[in-house]
Amino acid sequence: MIALSSSPAAAPRRQIFVGTALACAAAASLFGGMLALFLRMRDAGIKANGLWVPKGVVVPMVPANIMLLSLIPTGVFAQWAVYSAKRDDKQHTGVALALVGVMGLLFINAQAYIYSQMKLPANGGTYNSMFYTLTGVLVAAAIAGVVFSAVTAFRYLGGRTTDREVVSAHALYWYVLSAAYVLLWFVVYVTK
Amino acid sequence: MSTIDSHASSAPASSGAGFACIADWIGTTDHKRLGRLYLGASAITFIASAVAALLLGVERISPTKEWLNVGSLTQLFAFERFGFTYLVLLPLMVGAAIAVVPLQVGARALALPRLAAAGFWLWLIGAGLAVFALINNGGPGGGNPRFVDLFILSTVLVLVGLLASAGSVATTILTTRAPGMNMRRVPYFTWSVLVASLCLLIALPVLTGDLLYLYAAHHYPSLGELASNRALGQWAGFGFTQPTTLILAIPALGLLADTAATASGERLRPRGPILLAIALGGVAVLGSVLQTSPGLDAGVFHIAVSDLVKQLIPFGIVQVLPVIGIFALFAFSVQGLGRRPKVTAPLVFALFSVLLLLEAATANLVAHIGDAQLAGTTFEEGAWLLVVLAGVTAAAGAVTYWGPKWWGRTLPEKPALGLALVLFVGAQLAALPLLVAGFADQLGGIFPAIEPGNAPSAVNFSYSGPMELWNSLSAVGLGLTLVAVLAFLAFAVRSFLTGAAAGDDPWNGHTLEWATTSPAPADNFAAVHIVTSAEPLLDLKPSTRSDA
Repeated sequence: MIALSSSPAAAPRRQIFVGTALACAAAASLFGGMLALFLRMRDAGIKANGLWVPKGVVVPMVPANIMLLSLIPTGVFAQWAVYSAKRDDKQHTGVALALVGVMGLLFINAQAYIYSQMKLPANGGTYNSMFYTLTGVLVAAAIAGVVFSAVTAFRYLGGRTTDREVVSAHALYWYVLSAAYVLLWFVVYVTK
Repeated sequence: MSTIDSHASSAPASSGAGFACIADWIGTTDHKRLGRLYLGASAITFIASAVAALLLGVERISPTKEWLNVGSLTQLFAFERFGFTYLVLLPLMVGAAIAVVPLQVGARALALPRLAAAGFWLWLIGAGLAVFALINNGGPGGGNPRFVDLFILSTVLVLVGLLASAGSVATTILTTRAPGMNMRRVPYFTWSVLVASLCLLIALPVLTGDLLYLYAAHHYPSLGELASNRALGQWAGFGFTQPTTLILAIPALGLLADTAATASGERLRPRGPILLAIALGGVAVLGSVLQTSPGLDAGVFHIAVSDLVKQLIPFGIVQVLPVIGIFALFAFSVQGLGRRPKVTAPLVFALFSVLLLLEAATANLVAHIGDAQLAGTTFEEGAWLLVVLAGVTAAAGAVTYWGPKWWGRTLPEKPALGLALVLFVGAQLAALPLLVAGFADQLGGIFPAIEPGNAPSAVNFSYSGPMELWNSLSAVGLGLTLVAVLAFLAFAVRSFLTGAAAGDDPWNGHTLEWATTSPAPADNFAAVHIVTSAEPLLDLKPSTRSDA
């Protein structure tokens, strides 16, 4: 065996944060691609039929705006958790993570309310299936985010207070999710 | 942290037999085992896909004689395309990367190993379900709606699995490099894997999103472009052809650079441009982002200058730059060597692989120039087949090169050299006639729909010219390729069981994987090495060193 100079094993470099960043890049690509196809089909639908949202369908704006408003403080709370974790403030970290989870649940609840209000049949046409797929994927991502918040909180409050990297990764995830929803809100709910 | 300290040592090498051994392999997080699981499973799927391709090849020899049931041809075409792309080409590259990269960067384990393991099992389950769906008249153009749905969902599963494994490999490269190994010092293969992984993380989610739309539209049927069972080829076809497939084969470029340097005993110069040339292959990912393959649709000669410029920019970036990158890498690997390289089997495999890739990228470029009138012909299929077989050749090279490090025994050199030649000739025979037939207007498609009669939506085998010759040659080439791979697998298994013991550094290598024992222990390295150059082992071999 060749003798190279060696050193003590170095601590791994932020693997969870880097892994989460890569996952966020993939998620951004997923949402970007889906939004692009939605816009393309919308353009084609308007050119062909003169309308995209089916007649009689009302897109409820209030819960959509509430979803947007729920995600803005989510970023603040997630960053609060990072700030507190860096200062070994267990209590504030726990509160901040719990608030992120609650906001995530609020987001999911508002989306479910939109579904119930719209009463849109899934087999009613291209708009219907694309609407459910696009918003459904974001809800799935929000559910994953709430689970991420819970796991981060349990790990941190369970005594792994040196796991600040996980708290940072958690914040990054919610930032990306918020950015994705801002785009979706503008395309699907505002400009329809 | 448990998520990052799951060293292979926590999953000790199997010493038991029967169920204990199987359980060890199923639950393994050892990157060398995971890589071999990917490679082994891909070898099986290659045989299945190649048999399907061979059947289709024989069927296409004559438009008047039908060997197979017409109803099954659409599924066979889908199986060939899906199987070769996502059950063979990509998992081969991912498997080789998982097995090699941690060793090359001096890491003791893969980063996020459970993610990589989950990725493998997701891929395997998805692959099984997709094949099951195709057998039951599912897939693109399938007649059974439930199995069309199953095919779409299982393809999503396959993509998610491969994404998870690619993410784990990219994280390994970014976070677990040995002290002193900055990004300019990573081995070429590792660099090419990083480029490919990052491209996959951008490209495959776009395809996944399209598949989810297609699933919803198909599962809740209604009128609309997305709901048809032909929509899969129309809206997700970009994921099964060039330029997306080109990014799946990028690791072949790194393999050539690494094996060329090792075979010559020299540093490859200039290092920066070589890294750039490999990265240029990744520009093809923009084709996936655009969800289309930009071309000069109206041709070069009968188009307004303003339109030409508008089309030329995306065409130049997506189609031309990868060709320049592959050609530059090839030229650097040949010219940058200070002395004539020793002809080794891994080098020959890698060289043939990059030649096939260069042909494929060039053919892809030509296919997208409107004047050539190649749209909708078998020309595209020929270019795609070249990419797939380039990946298979590269994987055989990787097994020949790093096999000794994985299982401690060498593959016989001379038979491997012969098989490399047979594989290359087979690949040329399989693909080039399809390119020629494309110029003669033989119809083709990504997921061609074959129906009896003359349905306007179907691609029937109605063509003119000496097609029997081209299709016969292609079938012979596919058969030759299959035989070469089977023979290679036989040699690999024989080497694994009874091959000659390999030394720790059988190729006189330059990079860190050759600084540990063969086979590498569970934790890869007894000590963490400090790296001071891109070729740390070459620095310790003054007799072969070209400079200080």
